[in-house]
Amino acid sequence: MEQGILLSAGADIDFMIHGVFSYELFGQTVWITTTHVSILIVFMVLIGFAIVANRTMKKATDVPGPFQNVVELVVEKIDGMVSGVMGKHAGRFANYIGTIFVFILISNISGLFGLRPPTADYGVTLPLGLLTFFLIHFNKFKHQKVKGVLKGYCEPWPIWAPINLIGDIAVPISLSLRLFANVLSGTVMMALVYGLLSKIAYFWPSVLHIYFDLFSGAIQTYVFCMLTMTYVGSAIGDD
Amino acid sequence: MEFFNENFILGCSAIGAGLAVIAGIGPGVGQGIAAGYAANAVGRNPGAKADITGTMLLGQAVAETTGLYGLLIAMLLLFVKPLI
Repeated sequence: MEQGILLSAGADIDFMIHGVFSYELFGQTVWITTTHVSILIVFMVLIGFAIVANRTMKKATDVPGPFQNVVELVVEKIDGMVSGVMGKHAGRFANYIGTIFVFILISNISGLFGLRPPTADYGVTLPLGLLTFFLIHFNKFKHQKVKGVLKGYCEPWPIWAPINLIGDIAVPISLSLRLFANVLSGTVMMALVYGLLSKIAYFWPSVLHIYFDLFSGAIQTYVFCMLTMTYVGSAIGDD
Repeated sequence: MEFFNENFILGCSAIGAGLAVIAGIGPGVGQGIAAGYAANAVGRNPGAKADITGTMLLGQAVAETTGLYGLLIAMLLLFVKPLI
C-alpha cells in the first residue's frame, strides 16, 4: 500500500499499478487500485477548486482579486481555444472541452506531487477516447443525417468503405494510446531515475520532472483537446 | 534441462524490446523535419511565431505516436511478459 501511490517514496520503487483492496461483485473480484486513489485525489482537488471558484464568482467585483483573476484567465483561455477551432459551435462544446482539459492537465502533472498519474493507466485514457468517439458519431448523425454518413463512408468509391470504417475505429485507440504512452513513459523514466540513483538523486531530477510532467503533460493535454475539437468539428461539417 | 525454458524466453523478450524501440528513429526524423520547417517559417515571418509554434507542437505530438507504439510493445514484452 505504501509503494505505488507515492512514486518517490523509497529506494525500491516500481511504477506498476498496485491493488489496494478487493471485493466481490456478482461473482467477480473487483480491485480498487492505486489509480482509483490518485484519481480520487485529483477529483477532490478539482471539486475544491470549483467550489471556491463558484463562491468567488458569486460575489465577483469589477476590480478582480487574485483568485478571481486566475479563474477568469482559465475560463477565457479555454473559451478562446475552443472558439478558435470550432467557430460558431464553440458554445456547445466549451464546457466539455474545458472539463477534460482541466482533468487531464491535473492528472498529468500530479506526478509532480508524487502521485502515480491516473492517465498512466489505460483504463482511464480509453474511456476518454471512447467519449470522443461517441461525441464524433453523435454529431455526425445529428448534422449529416444517415444519408450523409453513409455517403461519407463511400468516399471516394464504395469499395473504400471498410478502410474508412477502420479509420473511424482507429481514432479512439490512437487518441487514448498517445496520452497513455506519453504519461507512462514519463512515469517509467522518473521511476528508473529515482530507483537506480536514489543515493545521488537529490536536486537534479527536478529538471526531468519539469520536462516529463509539466511540459509533456501540458502538450499532451493540448493535443488531446485539440484533436477532439478537430474531429468533432469535421463531423459537424459546414452547417 | 530443457533449452527453451523461461529464462531463454525472457532474454529473447529483452532483445525484442530493444528492437521494438528502434521505432523511435522515425518520429525523431519526423519531428526534426517539422522543427526545421518551423524555424524556417519563423525566419520568414517572425510575427506569426506563436501560431507556428502551436502548429509545430501539435504536428510533432501526432508524429510521436508511432514511436510510442514501439515503446508500448517494449513495455509489454518487458513487464507484462505475454510469451511466458
